[in-house]
Amino acid sequence: MSMKMLPTRDGYGHGLIELGAMNPNVIVLDADLAKSTRSDWFQAKYPDRFFDIGIAEQDMIGTAAGLALGGKIPFATTYAVFVAGRAWDQVRTTVCYSKLNVKIAGAHGGISAGGDGATHQSLEDIAVMRVLPNMTVIIPCDANEAKKATIAVSKIDGPCYLRFAREATPVFTEESDPFEIGKAIVLRPGKDVTIIAAGPLVYEALLAHDQLAAEGIAARVINMHTIKPLDEATVLKAARDTGAIVTIDEAQMAGGLGSAVAEFLVSHFPIPVERIGINDTFLECGLPEELAVKYQLKAKDLASAAKKAVARKVVCRSDG
Amino acid sequence: MENVERLKEICKDVRADIVRMTNAAGSGHPGGSLSAVEAMVVLYGNVMNHRPSEPSWPGRDRFFLSKGHACPVVYATMARTGYFPVDELVTLRKLGTRLQGHPSCMTLPGIEVSSGSLGQGLSVANGFALSAKIDRKPYRAFCLLGDGELQEGQIWEAMMTAAHYKLDNVCAIVDYNGLQIDGEIEKVMGLAPLEEKWRSFNWHVIECDGHDVEQVLAAYEESRQTQGKPSVIIMKTVKGKGISFMENVAGWHGKPCNQEEMKQALEEIYGKGI
Repeated sequence: MSMKMLPTRDGYGHGLIELGAMNPNVIVLDADLAKSTRSDWFQAKYPDRFFDIGIAEQDMIGTAAGLALGGKIPFATTYAVFVAGRAWDQVRTTVCYSKLNVKIAGAHGGISAGGDGATHQSLEDIAVMRVLPNMTVIIPCDANEAKKATIAVSKIDGPCYLRFAREATPVFTEESDPFEIGKAIVLRPGKDVTIIAAGPLVYEALLAHDQLAAEGIAARVINMHTIKPLDEATVLKAARDTGAIVTIDEAQMAGGLGSAVAEFLVSHFPIPVERIGINDTFLECGLPEELAVKYQLKAKDLASAAKKAVARKVVCRSDG
Repeated sequence: MENVERLKEICKDVRADIVRMTNAAGSGHPGGSLSAVEAMVVLYGNVMNHRPSEPSWPGRDRFFLSKGHACPVVYATMARTGYFPVDELVTLRKLGTRLQGHPSCMTLPGIEVSSGSLGQGLSVANGFALSAKIDRKPYRAFCLLGDGELQEGQIWEAMMTAAHYKLDNVCAIVDYNGLQIDGEIEKVMGLAPLEEKWRSFNWHVIECDGHDVEQVLAAYEESRQTQGKPSVIIMKTVKGKGISFMENVAGWHGKPCNQEEMKQALEEIYGKGI
């Protein structure tokens, strides 16, 4: 089987090009990483609407805020680790508190910056962006979805954070698949357990589904591309239908997708939830694939977490 | 447009408002508000193209308060130029008020962006000015900066950006009162030579006495005529200006007058017999 492989940042680049033609108010900013983030694709076609702010992420976010006040739709682009870390106060106070129409693109998210080591691996961005009032947080699962998400955020008013990856990952959705912000996509309909994932890890969830199926466990797979606002209805239905949930984060587990799901369920439908992800540690350099294996972000890890969740479900029942 | 004498009268009212509203709140920042009175009154009274009765008029010039803690001077100036009733000023910092302790654009029309964490306003002014350039619109972006605030690194990033993109529709104003919370700026973290620093960042630098209304008017006019580069007006000011016991005392940065001090302050502003 030859699956097409592309990084989600390519989808961002294609999305920007399409937006450039669709909407003259779209402006793209970068902080000296235009080639890496693919914002240079927009720059090449729309040089008058592209501004490099230099290595100054805080100033870039402030500049984007001012552009938004002038009626523009700025896409402030740099590595996820820098925009979510160094410029967080600007995102919080200037952008989110003022509820400005600023779109923030964080490239090289998660472990995809593998060889650069811990300084460049963005594992906290989801937590620190999700905690901000007024913010929408999206992790597209493949290049097709990345393009759609890029276009979709331009059509809603308010701050949005999009996380993209550096590495080529399977393109397993179709260009024609629907995409709606805040509306999760159920990719497999299983009834025994639900795997909730976002970003390129959704593909691992699909592989885990197949592994589990071989063992007679029918796993539901949900692509939760929008971390915030969480599609609570889809989570609740999965909890009711399957009775056990597994989440996976290419990020610190604290504050990530698993947190969002668990926070919701603990108040509304408490059932066994197994969370996997990065557990309160900085990583190291290595190929993203090597890191995924070492830090247990693979389909087999999801499959064993799923079995654990299913087992807990039985225990809960017998206790009850 | 107001004449110079009228502007001076409004400055007195704004000073009194700052004293009264911070007294009523029991907290707030009078020192760095009093030093920026002429900068704000002249800007709102005679310089900016705006419509106080229509705060979101698209054609307006924009003002960005980067030193958000000085919002008492902005609120008072807005009230005195017709944005909202003067009576509302004493709601400062109280639960349910539109006049948040640091300004919020979500509550008060006429505040362009929320601020309070220092160092962020000039970038926003730049972004707005850039949008005006893209759209070939004539409106300008004004940004009031504290001198202590210039210790924030983002300011210097924004200084580079404004000059790089030749944003001659940006006018920064530095309230150069020489004091910050921990004391004299030159002792805490020196800024001098400030004018040379801005100049070396390719800004057009204008200096003036920030309490001399004629000089402030002339400085804004020079900024307006500056082409090809952003301009900064470095206004030499006195923290706590106009109230003898507050002048040049860092301790009045974030402390309001009590009743007795307020009485004396108002007498000094308006003269005895009020």
